Amino acid sequence: MRKSVVYFLMLIAFPFALKAQQEPYHKFAPLPYAYDALEPYIDKMTMEIHYDRHHRAYYKNFMTAIQSSELEKTPMEAIFANISSQLPVIRNNAGGYWNHEMFWNCMKPNGGGVPTGKLSEAIKSTFGSFDDFKKQFAEAGAKRFGSGWAWLVVGDDGKLFITSTANQDNPLMNTEEKRGTPILCLDVWEHAYYLKYQNKRGDYISAFWNVVNWEFAQNEYAKALAKKK
Amino acid sequence: MDYKFPELPYAYNALEPHIDAMTMEIHYTKHHKTYFDKFVAAIKETEMNGASLEEIFANVSKLSMPVRNHGGGLYNHTLFWESMAPDAGGAPSGKLADAINAKYGSFAEFQAKFNDAAANRFGSGWAWLSVKADKSLCVCSSANQDNPLMDTSDCPATPILGLDVWEHAYYLKFQNRRPDYISAFWNVVNWKVIESRYDALVK
Repeated sequence: MRKSVVYFLMLIAFPFALKAQQEPYHKFAPLPYAYDALEPYIDKMTMEIHYDRHHRAYYKNFMTAIQSSELEKTPMEAIFANISSQLPVIRNNAGGYWNHEMFWNCMKPNGGGVPTGKLSEAIKSTFGSFDDFKKQFAEAGAKRFGSGWAWLVVGDDGKLFITSTANQDNPLMNTEEKRGTPILCLDVWEHAYYLKYQNKRGDYISAFWNVVNWEFAQNEYAKALAKKK
Repeated sequence: MDYKFPELPYAYNALEPHIDAMTMEIHYTKHHKTYFDKFVAAIKETEMNGASLEEIFANVSKLSMPVRNHGGGLYNHTLFWESMAPDAGGAPSGKLADAINAKYGSFAEFQAKFNDAAANRFGSGWAWLSVKADKSLCVCSSANQDNPLMDTSDCPATPILGLDVWEHAYYLKFQNRRPDYISAFWNVVNWKVIESRYDALVK
């Protein structure tokens, strides 16, 4: 090959090689919809600040905290499984990074309704009915004092359960009493709802049901069951 | 004794522009009032009904979570309202100023330490300047509605200045910028009241 052609190819390949090298293992995912997509249930300003300020800050602080450590290439699930051995700054920001990404995926415009298929059956057999499940999940969200999350989780026995966690903890962390694989979550930090709902956390929780992405939860449920077999 | 819901010592807009009127109104009439109502309901169920909040906090580890959470919410907010005033701020004087300088080197260094405590409290909670049993000052933070008077505290002391760093205390005006809220707070600290609390504890 002529030298000039080789140089030319190198010049084209260089930015891609550089990008591959710079691309971090832990990525900050784009929001899967527009800031105003969940209106009127979740307002645009809340979504923008929540994603672009809170979520991004957790991600940045997490990346800074794990810089030059093996955690830079460790899957989040594995980090959480051993989180008790890490500093609070890693626990808090890893949780904040992962929980919010899951939360965005748990919602979508024109969502809501009821789950179908195996998840629907499991919810009925575990909680009695979909309404009973909603009530228990709403209660977990309402009763979490201070900042935290409500979760629908698949336990190690494959059974569903509802729990809540403090701050940015989650059910994958080995610091949790009730552990498992979350398939649905709800952020009940005040920053998740204060601009629109202020002290009325109950109204925010009611509104959440209108934007739940049940396809996502069903998919996560199937994946969790497959993993536990 | 009957528990009373204290009056706000100034108008909702009195601390503008540092603390906005809407935040003050919701904070006082909704959050603080709810803590009061839920505390009264929770303490009724116990043998400590009628005891002072200080006595309750000294035994809080033996009481229910609603008593701890709502009793803390009642006391902490009352102390917080009284810690602020319109046309306040500046620096303390008298014995408290001497004690702050002796302990932290300067007022600015004390402020930096207090700011750190407030900014680094992850999730919901409070930052405190307190007087320990040996009459020395300490700066610390607590989670949720806990405070240094509780027998569960890892910095047991009597608070003389408290700053609410729950998101509800600042989100409408400052959103995610908690440090800006903390900076604004110094403009409304009522040092006269903090000094008299200090003087009463060390005399």
